[in-house]
Amino acid sequence: MKSISKYIGNIFQYYIVRRFLFFILIIWLASTAIFLIPRLSGQDPVKEKLLLEAQRGGHMQSGLEEMAKAYQKKFGLDKPLIVQYGNYMKDLVRFDFGPSIAYFPKSVNSLIGDSVIWTLGLLSVVTFIAFFAGTLAGALLGWPRSPGFLQYIFMPILTLAAIPYYLLALVLIYIFAFNLEWFPLFGGYAVANLPSWSFSFAIEVVHHAILPGASIVLASLGFWALGMRGMMITTQGEDFMIQAEAKGLKGVRMFFNYAVRNAILPQTTALALSLGTVFTGSVLVEVIFRYPGLGNTLYQAIRLNDFFVIRGLIFIVIVALGLATFLIDIAYPLLDPRVSYKKG
Amino acid sequence: MSTSDFKGLRVKDLKVYYDTPEGVVKAVDGISFSLVQGKRLALVGESGSGKSTLSMALMRLTRPPGRIADGNIFLDDVDILDLDVEEMRLSRLSEISLVPQGAMNSLNPVLKIKDQILDGLFDHQVSGDKKISKDEQKTRVSELLTAVELLPSVGDMYPHELSGGMKQRVAIAIATSMDPKVIVADEPTSALDVVVQRTVMQTLGRLQEGLEASIVLVGHDMGLVAQFADFVGVMYAGKMVELGPVNSVFEKPLHPYTRLLIRSLPTLENKEDFIGIPGLPPPLLNLPPGCTFCTRFDRENKNDPPWKEVSKDHWISECNVCSDIGK
Amino acid sequence: MTTSTYTETDWKIRYKKRFFNFLRYVRRNPSLGVGLGFLLSLFLFVVIGYAVYDTERFRPLKTGTDLAPFEYDSKKGRDGYPLGTDRQGRDVMSVMIVGVPLTIQIGLIAGIIGITVGTVLAFVAAYFGGWIDNIIRTVVDVGLTIPGILILILIAVNLQSGLTVTQMGLAVSAVAWVWPARTIRSQVLVMREQLYVEIARLSGTGAISIMFKEMLPNLAPYIGASFVGSVASAILASVGLEALGLGPFDSPTLGMTIYWNIQFSSILHGMWWWFGPPIVVLAIIFVGLFLITAGLDEWSNPRLRKRV
Repeated sequence: MKSISKYIGNIFQYYIVRRFLFFILIIWLASTAIFLIPRLSGQDPVKEKLLLEAQRGGHMQSGLEEMAKAYQKKFGLDKPLIVQYGNYMKDLVRFDFGPSIAYFPKSVNSLIGDSVIWTLGLLSVVTFIAFFAGTLAGALLGWPRSPGFLQYIFMPILTLAAIPYYLLALVLIYIFAFNLEWFPLFGGYAVANLPSWSFSFAIEVVHHAILPGASIVLASLGFWALGMRGMMITTQGEDFMIQAEAKGLKGVRMFFNYAVRNAILPQTTALALSLGTVFTGSVLVEVIFRYPGLGNTLYQAIRLNDFFVIRGLIFIVIVALGLATFLIDIAYPLLDPRVSYKKG
Repeated sequence: MSTSDFKGLRVKDLKVYYDTPEGVVKAVDGISFSLVQGKRLALVGESGSGKSTLSMALMRLTRPPGRIADGNIFLDDVDILDLDVEEMRLSRLSEISLVPQGAMNSLNPVLKIKDQILDGLFDHQVSGDKKISKDEQKTRVSELLTAVELLPSVGDMYPHELSGGMKQRVAIAIATSMDPKVIVADEPTSALDVVVQRTVMQTLGRLQEGLEASIVLVGHDMGLVAQFADFVGVMYAGKMVELGPVNSVFEKPLHPYTRLLIRSLPTLENKEDFIGIPGLPPPLLNLPPGCTFCTRFDRENKNDPPWKEVSKDHWISECNVCSDIGK
Repeated sequence: MTTSTYTETDWKIRYKKRFFNFLRYVRRNPSLGVGLGFLLSLFLFVVIGYAVYDTERFRPLKTGTDLAPFEYDSKKGRDGYPLGTDRQGRDVMSVMIVGVPLTIQIGLIAGIIGITVGTVLAFVAAYFGGWIDNIIRTVVDVGLTIPGILILILIAVNLQSGLTVTQMGLAVSAVAWVWPARTIRSQVLVMREQLYVEIARLSGTGAISIMFKEMLPNLAPYIGASFVGSVASAILASVGLEALGLGPFDSPTLGMTIYWNIQFSSILHGMWWWFGPPIVVLAIIFVGLFLITAGLDEWSNPRLRKRV
């Protein structure tokens, strides 16, 4: 027994293990919250909804009644909470979220699967651009030897950081899509076309993605720039910056190897923490542009009270965010030699 | 001795002021001294006397809201205050270098030691020079580290893996890497324990002699100063009050402040109570003209005391009103 | 300089002195001034609006529909409205006047609860350290990784009845404490090591005393900045929830107005008078709060101050 606890104590030293356990914790807490929250009110609206949809009639009726019965068997309120929880977890680890209530018999997974790629593509490109452009801008703004005119260019962009993405989206769509008609009003691709792997389709996708992408990039750029600028200013007060100047180093070297290399550490941590905010901001942007991503799927599900889709989607998103955070976490020691993989 | 023959560091009437919203702080107010090449000068004084400001000014590293208001700093025959930004940058490390205080944070945490030793050398290469080969880099780093009694393997480590004494040795290695003429050491051992202090100072002294460089040591540890320096300059409220060979100043101090300072030092023989200096150093904001030391003892001398050489190489700020204090 | 004795009145004097210094400082800090100015102008807009305008018309069916600003209302036989009407017969100006304070109210409720809970947790964690700190830190990290809005969506979706404005404020506060807890905790950690805290501790002052009299005054700018940030993110979250259709349906909050705009495709109909005002007002709120935060940042970090 003692050797087991000693073993646990030992592996806990490993940074990767700790971050992985944190990831598992996130998933477990999220899934438990998703399980408990609906049941806090005492009633379970899912059953009502299922029966409601079943009553609507049509070819889905029998299927929904089956579903209602199966649901009652697993999660019926007559069952003790622990049993319900057990059934829930059993399904969850197989990523079985059940069928969509609104689009029965389509499964939740297929609905999510269709939209994941769009959101993943949009957000990864957008975050990449915004983070690097913003960080570079912030680094230059925080460096006293940068040319002065940069301040004037960037001040307005920095103020945009305060505005939520969707407000900017509304403005952009009105100006550029409605008035100027440079960009399409909605969708991920033209309504008449079907997705294909052709080059022309790719261009179309990009064309449709520019406005939603631009809303997010412009609105989030300022945040990165501001953070980096603050970090640069703090870093310049450090003793090693004075020493760098005393060594007679060139300005460029001091900028990159001394200031930026150190300021970017907390900036990277901020990146990991902001992923959640980026996603939630993108939800309404997708809704406004009717972009076929997760945000839109979530919105439709909320409108239609499609509980299974909502729960499944939220779970998937939290898992994805946890994973992304985990990956950034384990890459961090590569940047900062003071944090080691062992005994970190 | 004509100006062009003098080899060493000559400071003439240096003034470093800070502009604050409440007024001007005269951190260094007219300091002059000459230091012959190869000799060691120690600058001592209480906190707030202007010592650190002076050491930064010697490197032209004064940052806003501070500024060098007046004076000259001659390195041999060149006034470094006249150099343009790029010339000054090249002079740093190659002509005049800095050993910083404590080195707690003076090394870049994300770079390896060898990279921090080499980057100064890289940035001093003029476009005509050929690049230093990898082998030469390795040799140079080894040489420098061995000279400060560190193993060459230290080069592959990061600053957080080193102890305080080791970090200071690295700082010394960097500061001597280009054979400068003047080394400015700003309290290099104040953050270290006594045993390490001694060995680090010995290393510093040895290297300095090997290079025949001058050294300006800023500190407040009188014992260290007595052992290490050739000359000592005593600073008070931004001005120098006494400057002379270390033996003369310690045995026969001529300025009242120096007298009180030396009297306050504990000795092995004398086991009486400690004698401090009453009062506190004055705040440097909007100082009135005249002798500042007088005001500490409720006396007054409205005229600035003249800076006079009273015997060979021994200068004091001669104020008749307070010269008897501490006798 | 005489030696000062630490008395009960010292910290009261310190608080007062800080307040007046603050007022004097606002004049020198343009960000703070402009930000406060924005918020003040909104305040005046609402007050004057309530005084001179008919605010009952924020409900639907009070006016003719789809009217552009100042267009004559044939249905009700009235002259036009300054901001026109929406597709359900609401007077947009009334909606704005009534909606702005509601939205801000949500922000304030959530912000105040958030900052209080966050500060308390931060102090407890940073001051006592050890496993208490570990637990609180992990909870905060979890709270930061899991987007609060998703949890709020879960909660809201499962409620049979809609949320009232106050309930929204309380709900949002459940996620508003996380970020302040993190920032203030790191600040307290820095302060704990500083000398004046050591001295107070050595002189026998109790922990709670130290927290209130020594640390809190110095933390005031950070707490202030966190509070403003808290309010801003609370408004952000509530508007987001409302725009998704999970807010109080009967209230003309800014978020609900955006929801109706999306539902009725106001952009496609070119009804700029309907989606314009909430965007402008929200922008003023957010930029104003942002400038105040930037101003407070400059106050607390002297290095960022403009050089004299």
